Amino acid sequence: MAAKTLTIDGKPITAEEGATVLQAADEAGIKIPTLCHLDGVYDVGACRLCLVEVTGVAKLLPACTTRVAEGMEVKTDSERLRKYRRITLELLFAERNHVCAVCVANGHCELQTLAYSQGMDHVRYEYLFPKWGVDTTHRLFGMDHNRCVLCTRCVRVCWHVEGAGTKNVAGRGTRSHIITDLAMPWGESDSCTQCGKCVQACPTGALFHKGSTTGEMERDRGKLEFIVTAREKKQWVTAD
Amino acid sequence: MKVRLATVWLGGCSGCHMSFLDLDEFLIDLVDAVEIVYSPVVDVKEYPENVDVCLIEGAVCNEDNLELLHKIRQRTKVIVSFGDCAVTANVPAIRNQLGLGNRESVLQHAYITNAQDNPSVPKADGIVPQLLERVMPVHEAVHVEYFLPGCPPPAARIKALVGQMLSGVEPKLEGTQLKFG
Repeated sequence: MAAKTLTIDGKPITAEEGATVLQAADEAGIKIPTLCHLDGVYDVGACRLCLVEVTGVAKLLPACTTRVAEGMEVKTDSERLRKYRRITLELLFAERNHVCAVCVANGHCELQTLAYSQGMDHVRYEYLFPKWGVDTTHRLFGMDHNRCVLCTRCVRVCWHVEGAGTKNVAGRGTRSHIITDLAMPWGESDSCTQCGKCVQACPTGALFHKGSTTGEMERDRGKLEFIVTAREKKQWVTAD
Repeated sequence: MKVRLATVWLGGCSGCHMSFLDLDEFLIDLVDAVEIVYSPVVDVKEYPENVDVCLIEGAVCNEDNLELLHKIRQRTKVIVSFGDCAVTANVPAIRNQLGLGNRESVLQHAYITNAQDNPSVPKADGIVPQLLERVMPVHEAVHVEYFLPGCPPPAARIKALVGQMLSGVEPKLEGTQLKFG
């Protein structure tokens, strides 16, 4: 496969044709903030946190869905990018009810970690305080829509790693939400195999093991990577 | 001259003030540098004039909170939103999810539905403040200079921010010092 040469933050980089800017940066040890990206499933560019500047392109591009090109000049950190990342994070916090203090994922949450690592000390937008429910009808797992950021990681692992197709997205705009089968209680789903991959994939406290209380919901992402590596490379090994 | 420091407790659990007391021996250094002119831990009834710094714990939940907050803003140079309730409205704002009219429904739920004896909503004009329709973070009601998140902010974090202010540098918390929850 042809190699492409480009620069990321001034650093000359060679990447395989077809690789994303995010993959190229990762291989070069350059960290770009992400939220909807999950190793092992394809990218959808949903969260806009990995936006980067590309010389000659006026708009910002998501690193996870932008392919490398010959001679591309990418910037992953600038005043403008920090400004937009902070806006994106604040809007995510304002859109649902992210009450970290009483959340199962407190201390293990990717949204919470992103917020402090990007310097978010408060939210400048009016909180919407929407009314969303918690689905605890499943025997093993719960879904708290208040904490959902609609990254669709759960949908992608459900369809493309487990192959069950239980999780989906319904609605439009701020009323978009994750559903189970034809918008039925999770516990009544025929297609759910109870594998728990969606719970492992969730970046926030939206999906949790029943019985977890504040700060107890820790995940093991390695399990997903293990399965994907086994399928794609026929190697039953963990990344480390 | 000593810095005139106030601390205020609005709609919160007082956990932030407990964390403030967790400053332990730093409190002794603090006494040399500041004069505490108003606080739940000192017996001053009226919020004074010419306050340099005010740490505000809690969300803005009722008419008293709002009235005091406007008074604080007029009489204070630097306001710090102290803890998650002040910064995000946090747990007290969970009632906002019930929509407009939540004021009536939460009182109904607490004082009528779940009451064992004498079910009645406490009502005494001028004594029991009316709940606001919607709980707000402090910066939604008045301008706030600095934010000190955490539920509660650990003592080390309070010390970092207060220390920066006292040494005259622009307060700036970074990384895990900004963690909510």
